Amino acid sequence: MSAPAMGTSKTAHTDSSHKKKKGPGTLATAYLVIYNVVMTAGWLVIAVGLVRAYLARGSYHGLYYSIEKPLKYFQTGALLEILHCAVGIVPSSVVLTGFQVMSRVFLTWAVTHSVREVQSEDSVLLFVVAWTVTEIIRYSFYTFSLLNHLPYLIKWARYTFFFVLYPMGVAGELLTIYAALPYVQKTGLYSITLPNNYNFSFDYHTFLILVMISYIPLFPQLYFHMIRQRKKVLGHVEEYSKVE
Amino acid sequence: MKHYEVEILDAKTKDKLCFLDKVEPNATIGEIKSMFHKSHPQWYPARQSIRLDPKGKSLKDEDVLQHLPVGTTATFYFRDLGAQISWVTVFLTEYAGPLLIYLMFYFRVPFIYAPKYDFTTSKHWVVHLACMCHSFHYVKRLLETLFVHRFSHGTMPLRNIFKNCTYYWGFAAWMAYYINHPLYTPPTYGEQQIRLALTVFLFCQIGNFSIHIALRNLRPPGSKTRKIPYPTKNPFTWIFLLVSCPNYTYELGSWLGFTLMTQCLPVAAFTLVGFIQMTVWAKGKHRSYLKEFRDYPTLRSPILPFIL
Repeated sequence: MSAPAMGTSKTAHTDSSHKKKKGPGTLATAYLVIYNVVMTAGWLVIAVGLVRAYLARGSYHGLYYSIEKPLKYFQTGALLEILHCAVGIVPSSVVLTGFQVMSRVFLTWAVTHSVREVQSEDSVLLFVVAWTVTEIIRYSFYTFSLLNHLPYLIKWARYTFFFVLYPMGVAGELLTIYAALPYVQKTGLYSITLPNNYNFSFDYHTFLILVMISYIPLFPQLYFHMIRQRKKVLGHVEEYSKVE
Repeated sequence: MKHYEVEILDAKTKDKLCFLDKVEPNATIGEIKSMFHKSHPQWYPARQSIRLDPKGKSLKDEDVLQHLPVGTTATFYFRDLGAQISWVTVFLTEYAGPLLIYLMFYFRVPFIYAPKYDFTTSKHWVVHLACMCHSFHYVKRLLETLFVHRFSHGTMPLRNIFKNCTYYWGFAAWMAYYINHPLYTPPTYGEQQIRLALTVFLFCQIGNFSIHIALRNLRPPGSKTRKIPYPTKNPFTWIFLLVSCPNYTYELGSWLGFTLMTQCLPVAAFTLVGFIQMTVWAKGKHRSYLKEFRDYPTLRSPILPFIL
């Protein structure tokens, strides 16, 4: 599932000055700063693109097409984050990050891109907006954290906006998958039927339904995890000195 | 004889959980666990982890009190391992499942395939052969669990049984569904392919069994001793020259044989996942052997000769 407020709990602790940090080396830090700046910029481009298209058309329908390319580039680019964890320059679980990025990539390519008919749905705008706001905050959070100059506002935003953005994103994603179902069933998209030489079958329609069902156990877990993180990070507001 | 005093503290909270006085110096950790169990009946010995250090390694049941680096008042730390279940129970359950589940698909029990196929049998003889091989494999495993294996640990965490059964039962159902399907397609190269596959399968079944017997014979009954396994008179054990865990090597071979026999993608997937898990285990076992025995043969690889 593509949690709008995804990311690791461990980065929250990089602000605690009394914890021993074994962060990335200088070269890795420089690379990560560049990576996060580029991603922040990319999602800003998407944000601006959405606003401009809305102003130009006068309606919020069909805005997907105006940001389709940058969305694909920058969302797919997030696959690098799995590599960062695997290599060890980011202290997060490869599995958790992999799962989060793959679910975003899945929605971008295997649902929205592949099923043309859903691209004009309003639910697409719902999750695109949720992702855009989340990612701009998240990547700037990482950028500032790496430079040890994290404005409290960004930290606050990261651990507060998710209250709305998370359910908003989930709603957009579920509605989009649901909208795709009839077309997938009709065309047999990505499905393999019997008989065949490898004695295997796959029904993408059923698979999508299972994906939707998986949100039921997963979404609350991730949501409450973020709430717990928020208490930990923002809880002791008086003790944290605002970083200039 | 000087008696010891033993106090057991909670590893996390450091609360005093139990105080035992007049403990014999030659008392084992196992005996201490039994005594602790008396004062805390909910923590049977199998779920107790007793350590010298709150974050340290668990002491063994065989460790003797007077040989441990403790004073006459010994302080131990306790961690609850959670509900435990015996290895034998887990193995029997996880293996009985695939045996029965596969047969349900083989006999085309209702509600799996279309009603017109209920209780029919496949027209392909390889499907009958595959059923025999699959069933033989799991019957062998059940019998080995009951009569051959000598387990190092008595128990494992209870949640493992759910995890393990989901894995074995799930994969068994998945592959059985396709192999016994009315639209099953037999192997491309027909009888040649099936014969080769069967040969590989049987060879590896015998090999795997030979290794299990050899490992059993390394260990006297009721003991938990560990020795370096060596090739015996049985040619199937000569693979010990090249590999630390040939039981896994043969297991991989059996499933490759079964994959070739059925030419079924889910079987290939099961083989792959099993191979990955067994490689992890083999590497761990190989590392333990190297750590424990100075003279461990250097030619050996964990699971695949010279490769892995």
